[in-house]
Order: sequence, then structure tokens, then C-alpha cells
Amino acid sequence: MMMTGAEIVIRCLQEEKVEYVFGYPGGSVLHIYDELFKQDKVKHILVRHEQAAVHAADGLARSSHKVGVAMVTSGPGATNAVTGIATAYMDSIPLVIITGQVPTAYIGQDAFQECDTVGITRPCVKHNFLVKDVRDLAVTMKKAFHIASTGRPGPVVVDIPKDITAAKCEFDYPKTIQMRSYNTVVKGHLGQIRKAVQLLLDAKRPMIYTGGGVILSNAADPLTRLVRRLGFPVCNTLMGLGAYPAGDRQFLGMPGMHGTVEANMAMQNSDVLLAIGARFDDRVIGNPEHFSDVPRKIIHIDIDPSSISKRVKVDVPIVGSVPDVLEEMLRLLDADKAKPDATALADWWATIGGWRGKNCMRYEAKSDVIMPQYVIEKLHEITGGEAIITSDVGQHQMWAAQYYKFEKPRRWLNSGGLGTMGVGLPYAIGAAFANPDRPVACVTGEGSIQMCIQELSTAKQFRLPIKIISLNNRYLGMVRQWQEMFYGSRYSESYMDSLPDFVKLAEAYGHVGIRVDRPEDVEPALRKAFIEHKNELVFIDFRTDPKANVFPMVAAGKGLSEMILAEDL
Amino acid sequence: MRHIISILLENEAGALSRVAGLFSARGYNIESLTVAPTEDPSLSRMTIVTSGSEEVLEQITKQLNKLIDVIKVVDLSEAAHIERELMLIKVRAAGKDREEMKRMAEIFRGRIIDVTESTYVVELTGPGAKLDAFIQALDGSLILETVRTGVSGIGRGDRILKV
Ligand SMILES: Cc1cc2nc3c(=O)[nH]c(=O)nc-3n(C[C@H](O)[C@H](O)[C@H](O)COP(=O)(O)OP(=O)(O)OC[C@H]3O[C@@H](n4cnc5c(N)ncnc54)[C@H](O)[C@@H]3O)c2cc1C
Ligand SMILES: Cc1ncc(C[n+]2csc(CCOP(=O)(O)OP(=O)(O)O)c2C)c(N)n1
Ligand SMILES: [Mg+2]
Repeated sequence: MMMTGAEIVIRCLQEEKVEYVFGYPGGSVLHIYDELFKQDKVKHILVRHEQAAVHAADGLARSSHKVGVAMVTSGPGATNAVTGIATAYMDSIPLVIITGQVPTAYIGQDAFQECDTVGITRPCVKHNFLVKDVRDLAVTMKKAFHIASTGRPGPVVVDIPKDITAAKCEFDYPKTIQMRSYNTVVKGHLGQIRKAVQLLLDAKRPMIYTGGGVILSNAADPLTRLVRRLGFPVCNTLMGLGAYPAGDRQFLGMPGMHGTVEANMAMQNSDVLLAIGARFDDRVIGNPEHFSDVPRKIIHIDIDPSSISKRVKVDVPIVGSVPDVLEEMLRLLDADKAKPDATALADWWATIGGWRGKNCMRYEAKSDVIMPQYVIEKLHEITGGEAIITSDVGQHQMWAAQYYKFEKPRRWLNSGGLGTMGVGLPYAIGAAFANPDRPVACVTGEGSIQMCIQELSTAKQFRLPIKIISLNNRYLGMVRQWQEMFYGSRYSESYMDSLPDFVKLAEAYGHVGIRVDRPEDVEPALRKAFIEHKNELVFIDFRTDPKANVFPMVAAGKGLSEMILAEDL
Repeated sequence: MRHIISILLENEAGALSRVAGLFSARGYNIESLTVAPTEDPSLSRMTIVTSGSEEVLEQITKQLNKLIDVIKVVDLSEAAHIERELMLIKVRAAGKDREEMKRMAEIFRGRIIDVTESTYVVELTGPGAKLDAFIQALDGSLILETVRTGVSGIGRGDRILKV
């Protein structure tokens, strides 16, 4: 059947079972929007800024294991989307972003709303396409979904000139796709896996360090079985939280700059380190020389060979997908009926117990001012740990990561790699569409929330009962903390002056606003938000301690065992 | 260490800029880069001369392989290979220099392919080092212009880079 390019785009989305497209219309995508209008399978969610369209699609993807889809117009629509695309790229999130482009004949002529979208996005996408012939459109869409969702996931941009959306051709959507230049390895090399298992069995001070790759590949279950089978300690990176239940005895918390003493000391002092879908980020291992000072054997499972031995030399690389490799490890362990060295392990746990005894997450509750950590603890209590928590970037992000004990995967959505302020609310919007039956809360700061505040309007239009937990410290707190610690308390431009009245602001958008100044009002306010106003968006403006800092902390350039604790100051 | 990387990639618009962009974004060196379609017009063959430590080279190969348009990558310098580069060099060839230029071109097995009253264009092929040596051997003030293609490389014997 002959179809226009615009019809083809919509049909492809239907074939991919895309339920929601987050977007914003404009000249070059008008044909596509017209086709959207004529059908009701693919629902379009109109955001208020293109950056939020991509973040919302990203939030949907993170919370559901589906490919998120966003659509924007050419020129400013595409450039507004770039922050969203780069954010998804850094955290390996599968997205397809459809961008309009000026007609083919106008490309290169500085046409109205023209920009080189493929050029601008090239360094922050897994791949991108400019469609120059309507006959290539369906195959390109198929490739886009295939590339975005397989291997190491990532965003893919499909740039479609307006004339292509008007041109006609036969529609034929390929069921599968083969690309000679793109193949991903899923099964790990058996010999390497055997070697790894032997190393693990011989280890005296083993440590398991897992990351976003476990979440991305839905491997929380085999991970939990492997960790329990071995009886080893485990930590999850900021991107990996929820992959292993935080309440479990074997869980040491998060490693890294704001990780726990026990996780960092166990990472540093381990003799065998098993890294699973984690990329030895500088915020995790601190100073690489200091980290490599201790002789230890490293096993690294990752689907992307370029993640392996990039920052730290690895002894046993295993290229493959986490679930496949872990199942193989479990099979080998069962077949050999092998057991780790029990005596060594008991000694190791005793050492870890000592680090744990430092109780590094302890904070001083106050009666006159709200401690941010306390708000997160109460949030966990009142939601029973069952909510999806999104966050923005800053101190509040770290407190949410540290104090909301994530038991399950895909309940914690944040920007780790790019650290993009402004993601919290759009992530919550995406998560709310993907998880209509689950409470969604956005932990944010008064700085970050203002970077995508306009989305309160989107949330109203679609009646999304998101709870905004704003830890309002009147500071760009994370910046202020660095200035306090490393710049002689010279608070250059980190004070947030002339803040809006967030309660009135929420009300202006048609939502419920609550302001909380006193510690004893924290719990009642949360109850009100989650119970009384269950079906409404509630913005709670918690006035928290403006001087609270995030601890422990490994300062930039320092080693993992050189943590600064709250009590050191 | 100097390395010659050979890449087989889809002959698609933008493929070259993906490779070039990768090198600049990640701070890798490019000494030279050559690219042209192969006998199969859907494929391009690229040769990049680069340098870096073993770790950097490992990352370069991995990152290149990660590009969706790239089909195969080999480091030619890891085993027996041949490298060739073409240079066109325009030199002053008047008076007493005329005979000397002709002699130099012959020594280096170059060919004079354009002649005017006062200039020659010499065509010279060989490994990069030979072209360097030719330039070194000439009196610098007589060189008017040089154009080099950059290195093309191929493995010896059964070392074949094919889809
Ligand atoms: C203010 C701030 C503070 C931060 N502090 C910390 C901190 O204290 N601690 C911390 O941990 N982080 C911290 N971060 C986050 C940090 O910057 C990195 O984003 C994060 O550590 C990276 O997580 P990851 O190693 O799990 O990798 P990810 O970015 O999640 O990468 C996933 C890895 O898994 C691989 N992978 C994907 N799919 C598969 C598959 N199917 N099979 C196998 N492998 C796969 C990928 O190739 C990749 O290598 C902070 C960020 C901010 C903004
Ligand atoms: C878009 C963007 N700009 C700047 C930064 C640098 N930055 C990191 S944290 C932070 C402060 C965030 O302030 P707020 O949202 O109030 O959170 P707090 O740290 O106070 O909890 C800034 C400016 C960033 N991460 N993202
Ligand atoms: Mg703040």
C-alpha cells in the first residue's frame, strides 16, 4: 500500500508497539503531527519544552525497559533536545528521537529553522540517520529501534526532512534486521568465565561491584542468586541501585565519592574484584593511581568492550550480557559443587564489620530545623519503599540515593553520567506514564526544579499524581558544599536569591502546594500528599538545613580510603 | 608508537565524520587519514596513521569497532604489511638546479610529470619515510609546493581485510 512518509513514521511506531511519544510540534513535523491526529494507538504527550520531551521519554525507558520515543521539530526543537539526548547517552538509555528537518532541497542553504542535527548530535548518540529517500524510511526506523535497544543501549536520532514526510512509497516494515556492521555479543567466552569462577573461589577478600548494566539488562535476579550463592559482599553504583536489595546483610551500599565507608574500603582492599555492568567511573574509584596501588585481580563483565580496561587494567575481561554470563557462572558453580574459602571469608566479613561499625550514614537529627536525610527516611517509610523515585542533581540526589533503601530495580531514576539538573520532573512524568499504578516521587532541590518547572503544566494536563519532594536549602547546595570545603567558604553565586513561593507556584499550575518548616511536620505533610491527595500532584517545599553537607566524601583526586566523614569536620 | 589502522566501513554519508569526530572528541592523534571506496562500492577502506601507548591503541580499536558504520578494524603494524604514500612535489628547476633536480628524482625513483621552463612536478611513491627522506635531501628553498596523500596500507600474504 502506498503511504506518505508521515504515515510511515506513525505506522512504524505502531509496529514497534510504542504507546507514548513525548514531543512538541513545529513546521517541519506538521505532516507527521497530522497523521498522529488521525489515529489513536500512539498517544502523544505534549510537553512544554523539548528538553523535557527527551527526558520524559528517557524516564519512561528507565522505569520500564522499553525504548522511549520523542519527537521534535527542526532547528530550535532539535537543539533544545540535545541536553536530553546527551543525558540519555551518558547513562546508556535506549531512545529513538525523531527530529524534523528542512526539505532536502533546502539543506545547506541556511533555511528557516535549519540546523545540522546529525552533526550536532553525532558525539552524543549511539547512532543517527538523515533520511534522504522515503523508500529508506521504514528500514531506517527499524534500524533505529534495533540499535537503540540492543548491545549497550543508547539514543538514536532519525532526522527526517519535511519533503520526505510528504513523499509516497510502499510501506513494508521489516520484521527483523541484519546489519553487517553491527553485531553484539551476548554470550560470554566460556574459557574466560571458567577462569573468573576459579578466581572467585580462590579469593580471600572478594568484592562484587555492580552498575547500571545490571539494571539495563534486567539481571537483578541472577545477580542476587550469584551473590547469595557466593556469600560475598556487594555494592551498587549510583546507576545500579536496586539491583541488589539494600536491606540485605551482604549489601554494603554505594561505592564512590559519596559512598559508604564499608563499600569503599572493601573495593579498595579486595583481592578479587568482580565488576558487573559498571564502568569504573571517576566518581566511583576516585584517583585511579591510588586505586591501582593495591594488587588485586579484576574480573569485568561488560557488553561493551570499550568499557573494559578503559580506566583500570582488567585481568579477566568477559565481553557479554550480564544475565547470560551470570547464569553461566551459576551453572559452573553448581556443576562443580564448589565453595569459596569459608575461613578467609569469615575473616573478611569481620573486617567489613569493623568498617560498618563506623556507621558512616549517621547524622544528627535536630528539633528546630529539618534535616534532608530525615525527609528521605520518612519518604521511604511512608511509601513502604515501593515508590519510583526520580531525582535531580545535587546534594538532594545523593541523600535520596543514600537514604531511600532501594530493594528493586527500575525504582531509582537519575542522571549519573551527565549530571543534568532538570531531569527530575520530566523523569517522573515518563515514569508515571509507564507505571500508572505505582506512586512516583521526584526528589529535587530549589535550584534543579526551576530548570524544568514548566512541566508542571504537562503534569496537570495529563493528571499525573506526582509528588515533588523539594529539599529547599536556599542554596545550590552541592556547589556550596565544594566552596565550603575547597574554596575557603567563598560562596560565589551559589545562593539562590528571590526564590518563588513554590506553594503559590504549584497552585498557579493547578496543583496542591505544601510548605514545611518544622521537623515534626515532615511526616504529616508526606501522609497528606500520599494519602489525602493521592490522585493529585503535590509539591512539598521542605525548608531544610541550609548548611547540611553530604558525607562521606572522597574529594576529587583522592583515593577511596581517604574519605572525609561528617565527624571529621 | 606509530600505528597504521585499517578500517573497512559502510560507504555512507557521514561515516568519515564519525571517525574523524571520534578521534577529536577522545583526543587521539591523527597523523594521516586516507579513504576511498573499494571494489565493492558499498564499502570504503580507510587507513589512519596514529600514535599512542598500548592502552590508547586498544581504546582506539575498540571505539572504532563500536561505530555503527564500521565493519572491521585491524592494526596493520602488528604484523607484516606494506605501506605506500604518494607525493606530488613542485620544485624550482631553473639554471644549475634543473639538472640536479632531475638527478635527485632519478635517485629516489620519482617521475617528473610536469615541466615548465622554471619548474618540475615530481611524483614519488613509497613508505612515508622515503618521501620524508626526499624532502630532506632537497634544498628547502627550491621546494614550491608539496601534496601528500597520506599512507595507504595493506597486510602481506594471507592477511586479508574483507567483509
Ligand atoms: C553529583 C553526583 C555525584 C555522584 N557520585 C557518585 C558516587 O558517589 N558513586 C557512584 O557510584 N556514582 C556517583 N555518580 C554517578 C557517576 O558519575 C556515574 O554516572 C556512575 O558511577 C556510573 O555508573 P556505572 O559504573 O554503573 O555505569 P553506567 O553508566 O550505568 O554504565 C553501564 C555499564 O554497563 C554496561 N552494560 C550495559 N548493558 C549491558 C549488558 N546487557 N550486559 C553487560 N554490560 C552492560 C555498559 O556498557 C556500561 O559500561 C555521581 C553523579 C553525580 C551527578
Ligand atoms: C544543567 C546543570 N548546570 C549546572 C550543574 C552544576 N551543579 C551541580 S549540583 C548543582 C546545585 C544544585 O542545586 P539544587 O538543585 O538546589 O540542589 P542541592 O544541591 O541544593 O540539593 C549545580 C549548579 C549541573 N549539574 N547541571
Ligand atoms: Mg538547593
